[in-house]
Amino acid sequence: MSLSQIFDIAGSGMSAQSIRLNTTASNIANAETASSSTGDVYRARKPVFAAVQQDAMRQAMGSDFLADTPESKGVVVKGIVESDAPLEMRYQPDHPQANEQGYVYYPNVNVVEEMADMMSASRSFQTNVEIMDAAKTMMQRLLTLGQ
Amino acid sequence: MSISFSNALGIHEHALELRTKRAEILANNLANADTPGFKARDIDFQSLLREQMQGGSSEQSLKMTTTNGKHLPVNGTDDSADLLYRTPSQPSVDGNTVDTQTEKAEFMKNTLQYQSSFQFLSSRFKSINNAIRGE
Repeated sequence: MSLSQIFDIAGSGMSAQSIRLNTTASNIANAETASSSTGDVYRARKPVFAAVQQDAMRQAMGSDFLADTPESKGVVVKGIVESDAPLEMRYQPDHPQANEQGYVYYPNVNVVEEMADMMSASRSFQTNVEIMDAAKTMMQRLLTLGQ
Repeated sequence: MSISFSNALGIHEHALELRTKRAEILANNLANADTPGFKARDIDFQSLLREQMQGGSSEQSLKMTTTNGKHLPVNGTDDSADLLYRTPSQPSVDGNTVDTQTEKAEFMKNTLQYQSSFQFLSSRFKSINNAIRGE
């Protein structure tokens, strides 16, 4: 029954969105983490989403899995990349992390952007939950066939 | 007189199957709402149902006869022809054509139509049951 596929698809969506929410939380938590050199500064992290192609899934789950639907099934996080936006340099000679010139480096996290990302991620998560709920109702209904 | 299941159940059996498939496709669109470059997909329900009612592979759709295992079908793979791409109303810069609101509306509509198909199918079973019992 392909209704159970919806659970996998919505589940992959939920897990991808929760990873996105996770990176957002990490970015916001580290938005003011100062450092004395450019190499050590925290950089904003972003997940990269990609559609799960059917072949990859078929390889993982056996050959006759999804034999007749040539499309993608769900979403996967390909990886997490660090943003290469310019870092923020502040002149704070009193800061314990300040370098010889008196500068401190701050992460390239844009808090406003992160908040917007957070809302988008939680809305998408919600959508996937609702899809799963609808699939559950459909499946429960199907069990009562003929009663 | 014997009871023919395919006559008794009629179109609803096929409709229910297609509704399930469509729900899966729409769920996939929604799961990929934030995937760059993802194209929203859907099926033409009416034509697919008509095709399935005529017995799976219909002769009307001009399929080439394959007499050898090495012959290739005209439309490439048979199944990919059924799955269409949605015309985007407002495509985003990253190439994604999923409109979450539209997809969600379609999904809910599909769920309701699934429920009505189910109700019809269920009542057909009840009728058969009544016929068997002779009540």
